[in-house]
Amino acid sequence: MTIAAAATSGDVTWSWNLLNDVRDMFSYPFMVNAFRAGTIVAIVGAVVGWYMVLRKQTFAGHTLSVAAFPGAAAATLIGVSATAGYFAFCVAAALVIAIASRPSGSRGFSAESAVVGTVQAFVLASGYLFATLYNGLLSGLNNQLFGFTFGITNDQVVTLGAVGVLVLAVLALIGRRLFFASIDVDVADARGVGVRLLGVAFLLVLGAAAAEASQITGALLVFALLVMPAAVAQRVTARPVAGIGLAVLIGIAATWGGLTMAYYTSYPSGFCITTFAFAAFVAVHRVRAGA
Amino acid sequence: MTASSSAVALRDAAVQVGDGLLWHDVNVDVAAGQFVAILGPNGVGKSTLIKAVLGVIPLAAGAATVFGQPAGTANREIGYLPQRRSFDPSLRVRGIDVVRLGLDGDRFGLPLPWSAKNREAGRRVREVIERVDASSFALRPIGELSGGEQQRLLIAQALVRDPRLLILDEPLDSLDLPNQSAIAELIRRVCVDGGVTVLMVAHDVNPILPYLDQVIYLAGGGAVCGTPAEVITSPTLSALYQTPIEVLRTSDGRLVVVGQPEAPAHHADRHTGHPH
Repeated sequence: MTIAAAATSGDVTWSWNLLNDVRDMFSYPFMVNAFRAGTIVAIVGAVVGWYMVLRKQTFAGHTLSVAAFPGAAAATLIGVSATAGYFAFCVAAALVIAIASRPSGSRGFSAESAVVGTVQAFVLASGYLFATLYNGLLSGLNNQLFGFTFGITNDQVVTLGAVGVLVLAVLALIGRRLFFASIDVDVADARGVGVRLLGVAFLLVLGAAAAEASQITGALLVFALLVMPAAVAQRVTARPVAGIGLAVLIGIAATWGGLTMAYYTSYPSGFCITTFAFAAFVAVHRVRAGA
Repeated sequence: MTASSSAVALRDAAVQVGDGLLWHDVNVDVAAGQFVAILGPNGVGKSTLIKAVLGVIPLAAGAATVFGQPAGTANREIGYLPQRRSFDPSLRVRGIDVVRLGLDGDRFGLPLPWSAKNREAGRRVREVIERVDASSFALRPIGELSGGEQQRLLIAQALVRDPRLLILDEPLDSLDLPNQSAIAELIRRVCVDGGVTVLMVAHDVNPILPYLDQVIYLAGGGAVCGTPAEVITSPTLSALYQTPIEVLRTSDGRLVVVGQPEAPAHHADRHTGHPH
């Protein structure tokens, strides 16, 4: 942690000798872990985010990521690992939204946004309560909200990887049906793809992905890895496979760029990653608007 | 029934909604290869009749068969186009992908891009898109296409598994007149050239009138079947509605039904099917 603090407070300088810079950066284990974890989360976030943007469930995604904040706060309060708190709260919030917002038949998500808003208010309030009960240590609060990538342990990387593989495996299994149900719900329903069950499964997947991303960017900046790469990719291409692939590339590029920037400057990593993702969004927006 | 076999048959069929029957004692015989329209005012249960044929809604009485099998068991033989779905203009998904979903969108797992099966699927999708004259716009995002173009792609989606029966719920709804006649002509071509039986819910019979072999006219809780010339007449419809109805023929051959009572609700009735 002290090395991390020293490194991120601007003691290291960019030399323009790229090979040396990279070697220098990766001589710190915390940087290696940050890149490992960031890459895993960038891939998972981009793939799940692509479906989320397609299904217009960004509000639900936002709420699930906000649930990471009380999750981490509660875990700190009762003295268990923050990672467990992230996953438990995000997946629980996903279940609540899935159960409470039963869409009537095949008619979309009309009831969902009200439920999502209610859940979001409650989880934010809970997070504030847990943080208050813990009695301070404001830096911990900051990390929960805005991310702190330079304290990630090997165990956390393994957990992120395992959950990531599980999420991608589930999506590989149901991906085609989910695509069908997302853009053509009536016909998909008539074909018996199980629209409602797919909706629940996707919310759980989204909860797990939001919990992963929260650990890199913090609860409030999750969209940097969940929405931005997918939104950029869908603006660039209407092909599903190419879109998902592009979203993954953008997510990885933003993460690597952001982590490098955070290492060489004193700016927080959450801000740096978000800045790179936002730059991609603005660039594509300008190119498309100009075309 | 000698030359052609039965595609769809309803025997003394009834459907219950709430405490009452939406329609009852309905008898329908559609022979394979026919182009049949289901007509009637809003809220009378036209979409419900389709859902009974699909086996999605159970019958309160009677029986329904599709190609001789109980309704719901032969759905692989049916291409179904539900009531007009609008795609969000911002939806960035290509028309060809929407058609492809009709072929294998209900499968688990992912298609391997280099497999022979995947190439075969791609070939079938391109073929059916060619068949509905949609090749020139199938690669554009479907949200950017016009209503008529979207409808062609949706028909391709319903046809991509080579169904023997095509069921369409108001496919001409919310299209302009030139597109209505173009889509009607396309559906006739699918029926005559492709040998596909077509069962189509229509609000206005005129765009398809010249192509119809049979109409099923639902009103007043019952139904009358027969050729358009037999069914769409003042005496037949007056008896069905139990109120005086006049059928007028304009100079260009269009039929206008005057005096038919419309159900008051226009949206909810399509899904709940209130009897009037």
